Amino acid sequence: MIGQPDAPALPGSSIPRPRWRWTASRREAAWGWAFVSPWILGFVLFTAVPMAMALYFSLTDFDLRRPDEVRFIGLANYEQILRDPNVAQSLGITLRFGILTIPPTIALSVGLAMLLNSPRLVGRRAFRTLFYMPTQIPLVATTLIWIGVLNQETGWVNGLLSLVGIQGPDWLNDPGWVLPSLGIVGLWGIGAMMLIALAGLQAIPSELYDAAKVDGAGAWTTLRRITLPLLTPVLFYSLLISCVGVSQYFIQAYVLTNGQPDDSTLFYNVNLYREAFSFNQLGYASALAWVLFLIVLGLAMLLFWSSSRWVYYAGERR
Amino acid sequence: MTAIPRPRPAVITSPSFQRSLRRFTGRAALFLVAAGLLSAFLMPLAYMTVTSLKDQSQVADPAAPLYPASPRTFTYEGEALQIYAVPIDGVIRELAIVQKGRESSVMVDPADPAAGTLTWQGRWRTLEPAYVFDPKVENFSTAWNEIEFPKLLRNTAIISVISTVGAVSSAVLVAYGFSRFRFRGRGPLFLVLLSTIMLSAQVTLVPTYILFTRIGWTGSWLPLLVPHFFANAYNVFLLRQYFMTIPTDLDEAAMIDGASPFRVLISVIAPQAIPAIVAVTLFHFFFAWNEFLMSLVYVGGNPELWPLSLGMQKFAALYVTRPPLVQASAILAIIVPVVVFFLSQRAFMRGVVMTGVEK
Repeated sequence: MIGQPDAPALPGSSIPRPRWRWTASRREAAWGWAFVSPWILGFVLFTAVPMAMALYFSLTDFDLRRPDEVRFIGLANYEQILRDPNVAQSLGITLRFGILTIPPTIALSVGLAMLLNSPRLVGRRAFRTLFYMPTQIPLVATTLIWIGVLNQETGWVNGLLSLVGIQGPDWLNDPGWVLPSLGIVGLWGIGAMMLIALAGLQAIPSELYDAAKVDGAGAWTTLRRITLPLLTPVLFYSLLISCVGVSQYFIQAYVLTNGQPDDSTLFYNVNLYREAFSFNQLGYASALAWVLFLIVLGLAMLLFWSSSRWVYYAGERR
Repeated sequence: MTAIPRPRPAVITSPSFQRSLRRFTGRAALFLVAAGLLSAFLMPLAYMTVTSLKDQSQVADPAAPLYPASPRTFTYEGEALQIYAVPIDGVIRELAIVQKGRESSVMVDPADPAAGTLTWQGRWRTLEPAYVFDPKVENFSTAWNEIEFPKLLRNTAIISVISTVGAVSSAVLVAYGFSRFRFRGRGPLFLVLLSTIMLSAQVTLVPTYILFTRIGWTGSWLPLLVPHFFANAYNVFLLRQYFMTIPTDLDEAAMIDGASPFRVLISVIAPQAIPAIVAVTLFHFFFAWNEFLMSLVYVGGNPELWPLSLGMQKFAALYVTRPPLVQASAILAIIVPVVVFFLSQRAFMRGVVMTGVEK
């Protein structure tokens, strides 16, 4: 893919002084640029240019059915977004889903990591592998399996609940239950976060625990004063990844119900996909995409800004 | 009566035995907690397996047992009769009902039909039907054929392998460039690369779709393959971090001996970075195998080009009322990723840790 880097100029050309020389550091730089050029090219072609195009299209009424009659309409799409009840609803659903699912997901992944980190647990390696395994099952298959498990009549969850005398809800078809249900489905992907938390736990120096023991600290104090503070970089990373994940949430909602029941799973991206590929409103969809991008960017900046207050890096970046 | 304290054997009271007993109970309790959590966690897989082997009629039948089964019948005088568990004089006997009646029914013992019929007093509707274990393996062949599994598998394999080759080779080159060569602007450039990790695909989805439509690539695999040949930021990051930990002495020595940078990459760096390269390969392979959104957008209209994930979704939408077939297709879809995962789990999980911890 990469050829010999072109010499930037011919040595000994007519410019008298200072003479351009093909020095070792210039050669090194040329090789460096040559090696990173695939990414630069890809970044320009598939990220920078499309983003600029999206920004431009967001100011037009681009409709795929008549691609040759694109009119510039200024900020009309953005004004439309502010008024569009579907946008408000989809933002609300996505936000609610994030608030509902991110804290328990992080808490459970850390808790599970602590359990699987215990030296007294027999078969730790096997447990880790098995808890991680569902993350590698295709999301479409995951969703289909859970559609069955959560079926009101024939699913096993309600079957188990009925054994203790509880009549389970219609998990995936009741607008009040569908978001928690999707949260439960999401817990199946807890393995990745668990492994990272596990690595974070193992990186905590054992001397700290020994010292705490000598000082007579109990389990709870050790957790609050040593484990959690030293795990804050992992928590921060998990939080960031979770937020990005929620902002991209699409497949499960699409496979499950495509927004149903009653648009209660109309996640932001389901709405975006609908506008773009069902209604062919590519101009409007571009505006929606940019709004999402700005929201995620703002959120990430907020997280990074807040991180200096609560994330503790041991040794503060070697 | 007063109990006379019997002296216990010394072993049981000895402190070391007490300690190891306590340790054993602690370990057993911990193991049971973890095993309990794990079985709840993997319950859906059991559901999937069991349901995929059931007959459609069993799924909706609340009286049917949990395992794949069908009602037992007995052919009596040329007629297939349903067998029920009938309590007679405190003993439960399995009898076939010859003639159903409201308050009493005529029955026959399948084990001994020569004994003739007997009349049982009671409502037959209160009786539990007798079931026999009867896995419907043919669900798999039905799903296999209906979904055109070989075609989907072939498509998915082609897409995954090509895009993995592209993603890994390009990421290795770019990571090499970022880790071993000094050039002006390298730092800011790497920062730009890192920031694209957080960029969601939705922002570029629409314009790239327009772009690919303009150059006539929609309806083909090209949009699913070509972009991966331009190095994904996440893979570059992982590899670059790993390359940085490899001492430079060896590649400097090779350079002095006149090896070209390519030669150094292939003969010196790559062999030392095998764990990271394997991890990236696995990550990308799973990503490509499971990918859904891009396939939906670009080849959704052409069933001949569908990968497994897309074919599954369409199949499930069609057979939404037939859980056994849907679950059988789910098993077909997860089998390759799950087998690959178990074969490679050690290298794979080390890779997850590498990415997570370095950030």
